Amino acid sequence: MTEIPKEEYILKCTSACAGCSSTLSLRYVLKAAGPDMVLVVPACCTSVIQGTYPRTAMNIPVYNIAFAAAAACASGMSAAYRKKGVKTRVIVYAGDGGTVDIGLQALSGAFERGTDFLYICYDNEAYGNTGMQRSGSTPLGAITTTTPGGKVHPKKDIDRIIEAHNPPYIATACSAYPLDLFQKVTKALSLEGPKFIHLLAPCPPGWRFPAEKTVEVGKLAVKTGSWILWEREHGTLQVSGPSRAAMKKRVPLDEYLKMQGRFRNITEQQKQELQRNIDRALARIACEVKQPCS
Amino acid sequence: MRGETAMQLIATGNKAIAEAVRQVNPEVVAAYPITPQTEIVEQIAAYVSDGTLASQYIPVESEHSAMAACIGASVTGARTFTATSSHGLLYMHEMLHWAAGARVPVVMANVNRALGPGWNVWAEHSDAFSQRDTGWLQVFVSTVQEAYDTTIMAFRIAEHEDVLLPLMVNLDGFTLSHTMQPLETVVVGDFIPPLHLPHAIDVAHPRGYGPLTGPDEFFRFRWDIERSMRDARKVILDVEADFGKRFGRQYGPIEEYRCEDADILLIAMGTFGKEAEVAVDDLRREGIKAGSLRVRWFRPFPVLDLSGRDVVVIDRGYSFGFGGVLTRSIQATTKAEPFSVIAGLGGQEVTYRDMAGFVRNRRPGEEEWFGVNTIV
Ligand SMILES: Cc1ncc(C[n+]2csc(CCOP(=O)(O)OP(=O)(O)O)c2C)c(N)n1
Ligand code: SF4
Ligand SMILES: [Mg+2]
Repeated sequence: MTEIPKEEYILKCTSACAGCSSTLSLRYVLKAAGPDMVLVVPACCTSVIQGTYPRTAMNIPVYNIAFAAAAACASGMSAAYRKKGVKTRVIVYAGDGGTVDIGLQALSGAFERGTDFLYICYDNEAYGNTGMQRSGSTPLGAITTTTPGGKVHPKKDIDRIIEAHNPPYIATACSAYPLDLFQKVTKALSLEGPKFIHLLAPCPPGWRFPAEKTVEVGKLAVKTGSWILWEREHGTLQVSGPSRAAMKKRVPLDEYLKMQGRFRNITEQQKQELQRNIDRALARIACEVKQPCS
Repeated sequence: MRGETAMQLIATGNKAIAEAVRQVNPEVVAAYPITPQTEIVEQIAAYVSDGTLASQYIPVESEHSAMAACIGASVTGARTFTATSSHGLLYMHEMLHWAAGARVPVVMANVNRALGPGWNVWAEHSDAFSQRDTGWLQVFVSTVQEAYDTTIMAFRIAEHEDVLLPLMVNLDGFTLSHTMQPLETVVVGDFIPPLHLPHAIDVAHPRGYGPLTGPDEFFRFRWDIERSMRDARKVILDVEADFGKRFGRQYGPIEEYRCEDADILLIAMGTFGKEAEVAVDDLRREGIKAGSLRVRWFRPFPVLDLSGRDVVVIDRGYSFGFGGVLTRSIQATTKAEPFSVIAGLGGQEVTYRDMAGFVRNRRPGEEEWFGVNTIV
């Protein structure tokens, strides 16, 4: 049994929206990391939810940095702590925009250089801070304020980009499975070098569903295969429990899409493309798990 | 080991800066190469590789990241250094404001170079001028020795508790970065005390750094930067005086050459400011009572007393639609009516003979683009 520490590092009354799953997830991230850490946060919803100076809703040091610069800032911190011989953990908590778009160069550089840190991308599939514009991580067919008719390009596969850096640890997670997230953060922090966790974080106002459905939407993402939970430690892939179940028996994709107002314009063709992408991703994973590449 | 005795060397400006950095021994160096700065980062990388410098060297993938990494390291309380030039400096722009706002005493060498297009790797001050209002202290050096001495002093000034602002040491591309001159090194010893950053991250006392900040608090933080800029004037004087006492070389906000009895002042920055001294000697031989005033510290800008004298300003950078940046700065802070010469952009050759000509043919209040609309 995994014991979740009772300590709270996010205090009550953040300024997150009701049902904000990225904030719920951060609570578990911090519990897994413990107090000897620095959280690096680029411009994103998390830079807002921590509160306004001189108050803070966080009980750990939070370093806010420019939108594109989180991984580079963390590189500097990590190097400084190494030089001092200090074990303080450096964790980036960045949005999808700050990860797959504007921050990608710095992120790639930090991973290529073997920086000792954990980078968590919480993916609400749009630019939440600025009012829900599209990002490279917005899925096909989703309405955002800059794709009012629905996005015509598919979601960028950031995981395969990060995998190309051969990090010691990369995993996906979903806010609806906090225990899985907790275990993955714990595992990541036990390893040296650059670690990446890609966390799906349903966003009620952005995805247009009622706040109380935030866990249900997250679970449906996994049960439909839209989001696959897995981890790759030193190259070896393992599918996580909830997705193993989904691989056996999937809930129809429509169940997931119809809960969210952002997909109200999606075309049949786009749905089929989403379905094909799910099938392909699951097949690729199933194949690798059956016949691990040496 | 090197650094335990003073040495007489022949070095380029770049090598002199790398040597100064080696002696000050920052904990973290993060840098990205660009002509004509490359020699600085290559030399530092070599020092780290052969063990003569124990810094963590981060070979970042861009200048934006170089500055972000320096900021990240610095907020943990580590001493940091980087170097860049031209497009690299501009690529950092966002993070330059961040460094000043975060009150981190990052020291950076900037090898002054023109900005494209077209591609031009030669000396010009537009790169530094374009970062004028970022909250960085800026100093312009004119010799290899001065580049070395100033880089050492830079750490003590930036890290002083009354300053705690980042500091940019500017040196002209090629004319100084790649020119060999004699260099006498010093034994730094306790001239540079350990860095104490009062707001360094402390996990035992968790705080939020740079969160949302309302207008009242934000405004106070900005005033605090300006207050420290003003306080820096005294810190600079004190540190330069202590440097002079210990090591025998004296510096100040400006360098004056034959100015006491001068009727005409030739004002410039960087290597032009040294070349101007030769022009002054020539003019004096002709009976023209000229003096050279080299502006060393650009931020904070020095308090100048130019009263009763003619002034010729040579500008190696321009604010389009406004005027020569140094000229306009002098007009804003004195009653002088300078003859403004725009010269040396993109590495244009300007000799002491040309400079003597600027003085002879001066037209107070007017502007001339040397070699373009020169009236001879
Ligand atoms: C250089 C720069 N460009 C644009 C912005 C404006 N901006 C702030 S946060 C943000 C979007 C953040 O999106 P994401 O990273 O997905 O995080 P989220 O807000 O969704 O949590 C944008 C565009 C900025 N702060 N800096
Ligand atoms: S917009 Fe979405 S991600 Fe941002 S705080 Fe609100 S619920 Fe959370
Ligand atoms: Mg987002």
